[in-house]
Amino acid sequence: MSVDGNGATPFVHLKGVSKWFGDLQVLNSVDLDVQEHDVVCLIGASGSGKSTLLRCLNLLERVEEGEIVVDGQRVTHEKVNVNELRKKIGIVFQAYNLFPHMTVLQNVMLAPRKARGFTRAGAEGQARALLRRIGLEAKADEFPDRLSGGQQQRVAIVRALAMAPKLLLLDEITSALDPQLVSDVLALVRELADTGMTMILATHEMGFAREVADKVCFLDGGVILEEGPPEQIFRDPREPRTRQFLARVLDAERMS
Amino acid sequence: MHALQEVLHAFLNLHTFTLSMPDVWAGFQVNLRMMVVAEALVLVLALALAIVRGLPGPGAKPLRVLAIAYTDFFRGTPIIIVAFFVGFGIPGLQLGYISSRSFTTYGIITLTLVYTAYVTEVYRAGIESVHASQRAAARSLGLSYWQAMRYVVIPQAVRRVVPPLLNDFVGLQKDTAIVSVIGVAEAASLSQQFSTQNGDFGSYLVAATFFILITIPLARFTDHLVAQRERRERAQAF
Repeated sequence: MSVDGNGATPFVHLKGVSKWFGDLQVLNSVDLDVQEHDVVCLIGASGSGKSTLLRCLNLLERVEEGEIVVDGQRVTHEKVNVNELRKKIGIVFQAYNLFPHMTVLQNVMLAPRKARGFTRAGAEGQARALLRRIGLEAKADEFPDRLSGGQQQRVAIVRALAMAPKLLLLDEITSALDPQLVSDVLALVRELADTGMTMILATHEMGFAREVADKVCFLDGGVILEEGPPEQIFRDPREPRTRQFLARVLDAERMS
Repeated sequence: MHALQEVLHAFLNLHTFTLSMPDVWAGFQVNLRMMVVAEALVLVLALALAIVRGLPGPGAKPLRVLAIAYTDFFRGTPIIIVAFFVGFGIPGLQLGYISSRSFTTYGIITLTLVYTAYVTEVYRAGIESVHASQRAAARSLGLSYWQAMRYVVIPQAVRRVVPPLLNDFVGLQKDTAIVSVIGVAEAASLSQQFSTQNGDFGSYLVAATFFILITIPLARFTDHLVAQRERRERAQAF
């Protein structure tokens, strides 16, 4: 299936996606293509529609207009099996959303066991290996509230990875973290990018976006106002609104 | 002063207290049986009803409406009226097996019907108190609606509602005395019988003592759980 002009089938394809919350239009005819193994960063002010866009991709939000295709499957089709779709699209949230009544290990094991039918031993082996990878194997039997924010967020990332998703959505995953905890989380994301994980990030970390992104999209008022390679967007933005936004953000970064 | 003395003598008569003890104890065992069976049934039925009330989608609307009608009816009707309906109505229907049960069974049915309505609301509050982001996280991992409920939402909800739930059980345990109105030979009715026969009220004190011995530890245990949770939450805030 060829859905873009130049022949290559994008892994993620959005065409004319619009979304309203009541009378408020939060996404306005968004078009976006993401190639497999690419990292796309969504930047823009709070309320510009970044999170909503991510949540539409795994059907946490319903799209009112337009079409979304992920891995050749039409997400916006009425009859789509949401549970099957979500198994291949992982999402990590700003507030981690670990399950507080389960240990770290149980958090990572739950979905593989229940949604993928792993045996207990299989799920546990995988979970321990993932926790080892992020240096948190020693915390396997702790409850999430015993971990720092950065540790919780890394657990949330491997919890998503345990389902072996083909696409990972990261929704401002460092916004709730103390500055000194951000780097560990970003290091893990960088590592994932290096292994070729297809990712879409909503982020306020401009330096990180610049470093890790293959494509940066600037959202403003529910519209992708400008998109391009990071060097172009950060060094030479076409749109005055993009320039304004970047100036404001970089100013704020200098102040802190 | 004379009147007070007479009342005190009638209620705090050590002689009748010991004399009535065996009768009232025999009755209280019926109360205990009703408590245990009704509480077990309520725990399960109320959770089922709370889940039905929370079912999403337009297709489940009739079920939701039924569940709401149930809780509205049984929370709004005095338990004594429900006891009359069950205790006199069901036998009157002449439906063979279900119309020929013991008074105790009708007492249990009454308590279960009424307290299921209360406890459904307790569970529902618990389910609603689990933040939507928990459900979103579970569903995003590919868990179905029921799996998300079973493994993520309900375990957290139940933990939160244990104290109010035990509170309702204190109420249920006391209300086992009310179903004496349909003829259950339990502690309250047997102490009344004893009192009528002996012309003083010492047996009531016996019945009260039995109830208190059961309900006060449960109330203190509830307080303990609440205090424990507050300590834990305060510890987390730092």
